Amino acid sequence: MPELTDPKPLTEATVAGVAVPAAPADPQREKARSLAGDAWRDLRRKPMFYISGLLILFLIVIAIWPSAIASGNPLACDLAKSQMGPTGGHPFGFDTQGCDVYTRTVYGARDSVAVGILTTLGATVLGSLLGGLAGFFGGIWDSLISMVSNIFFGIPILLGGVVFLSVVKGGSVATVTLFMVLLGWPQIARIARGAVITAKQQDYVQAARALGAGNTRMLLRHILPNALAPIIVVSTIALGTYISLEATLSFLGVGLKPPAVSWGIDISQASNQIRNAPHMLLWPAGALSITVLAFIMLGDAVRDALDPKLR
Amino acid sequence: MGRYVIRRLLQMIPVFIGSTFLIFFMVYALGDPVAALFGDRAPDPATAAQIRHDLYLDHSLPAQYVHYMGNLFKGDFGVAFNGQSVLQLMGDAFPVTIRLTIVAIVFEIIIGISLGVLTGMKRGKPVDTGVLLLTLVVISIPTFVTGYVLQYVFGVQLKWTAPSVSPSAPLNELILPGLVLALVSLAYVTRLTRTSIAENTRGDYVRTAVAKGLPRRRVIIRHLLRNSLIPVVTFIGTDIGALMGGAIVTERIFNIHGVGYNLYQGILRNNAPTVVGFVTILVLVFLIANLLVDLLYAVLDPRIRYA
Repeated sequence: MPELTDPKPLTEATVAGVAVPAAPADPQREKARSLAGDAWRDLRRKPMFYISGLLILFLIVIAIWPSAIASGNPLACDLAKSQMGPTGGHPFGFDTQGCDVYTRTVYGARDSVAVGILTTLGATVLGSLLGGLAGFFGGIWDSLISMVSNIFFGIPILLGGVVFLSVVKGGSVATVTLFMVLLGWPQIARIARGAVITAKQQDYVQAARALGAGNTRMLLRHILPNALAPIIVVSTIALGTYISLEATLSFLGVGLKPPAVSWGIDISQASNQIRNAPHMLLWPAGALSITVLAFIMLGDAVRDALDPKLR
Repeated sequence: MGRYVIRRLLQMIPVFIGSTFLIFFMVYALGDPVAALFGDRAPDPATAAQIRHDLYLDHSLPAQYVHYMGNLFKGDFGVAFNGQSVLQLMGDAFPVTIRLTIVAIVFEIIIGISLGVLTGMKRGKPVDTGVLLLTLVVISIPTFVTGYVLQYVFGVQLKWTAPSVSPSAPLNELILPGLVLALVSLAYVTRLTRTSIAENTRGDYVRTAVAKGLPRRRVIIRHLLRNSLIPVVTFIGTDIGALMGGAIVTERIFNIHGVGYNLYQGILRNNAPTVVGFVTILVLVFLIANLLVDLLYAVLDPRIRYA
């Protein structure tokens, strides 16, 4: 999606297109000059990037060091305070078990962010590796890897998750991450495959081949840097959806399980009590939504910056 | 065209076998359906062995799979562990979920495409920015949160609609659940249409149509929209499978006795025939929807011809 808040780049591009016809006629050279530097300059102009960046930084700090802003213990509960509203020192009130909702909401960030980031790393590495190999070598490798990724694509991700996690009965961050990588990599592999095929056909890559560059050098020096941009874009946006998926799985009772502290679990437990104590649902749900929003906003900003077609 | 369809159908076969075998493997090899029959008690070994034999579970996994698929093509989906035939369960569940999915897709098409056209035509204006921010917010809030909140607001507080759906699931009770199911996809449809429209407004053919003196409405509907909708149609087509699978959350919130509800119950109780049967059909729906989308391309874009 092109600029969301700042319509300027569009006008600039159009003006440039009229005034200097040579510039858009040779986008490849412009891109090759310094895509990363260009993207970084573009990112720094966007308020969305700062808002989401600060939010994510805050979330990561909380995930590593939750006691910085929540002094209580998320598992220390007092049944006498079951479903009580906000009181002094407990701004979000208490849940059914009498646990402090504020403390649990803060501690819930850790597993959500961990699952999101680990899944993204795993799926991106696996997906770009397999997709890249398929795109680079083509032939039988391509057919094989494409078929396997199509098979995983055939299973709707939520459905596969519920079936897989319910029989594995794991409930830890590791199991949930492992499964999500398993169903998440084909999406990245498709993008990586396309990007590598496009890069492979460029003249400079052909030139490198003609000069006698080996496969490793071609891949690392010429193709990887040029295929990276679309992969980064898709991965960043996927991070937000992975966090949302983890919460959904935990909500359905097959993802993380108590005593893990997770927004999905808390929302699931609060959902039966929404008529008596809506505060139990709103705080973890709000925290979850803002987290997903932050990552999707970052992904949007990165895409605008990295995708030269949209400028 | 005919040859293309046949080639695509042939390509679907390995994917269908792979996907269903994967599910089959998860349910029958990773889980233990016979132990699940006994609930919390440990099964008597002789009884368990007899049940394994009756259910063809004493063979190797590939043999079980072939046996299962063989029965399936004869129209025998097996019997759920509570004695109901899976085919019967499907006959009750699928009409409900199909109605729910249709409601969701109608929302996606009407609201999503209208908003997409509106924002695409008014890029950079306040309407555009506002709608785009709204779509971001909608995408960020998980379905199970919007579901409970909308159910609480419209069903419990305002009493505009029933908070939970009756077993027969008439269409008017499915409007709110359908909207909840559609919301995230709706936001994607809006954004996709917007990008597509915005790209095409600068197209030569639009300029030609305007220069010919065609009325604005006709330019937008006949020329601009028809070309811009191709990626949107792809998205909606592939979304059908995701919607039917995603109904597992919506159906649980609104107590709709459809595919998702049956699947979820089946999964919780490790009811293998139900789970494998329903998922097999869902995979098939997904694959056929994808094929139809590709064929629709040729209708929407005359430049595409399948040999």
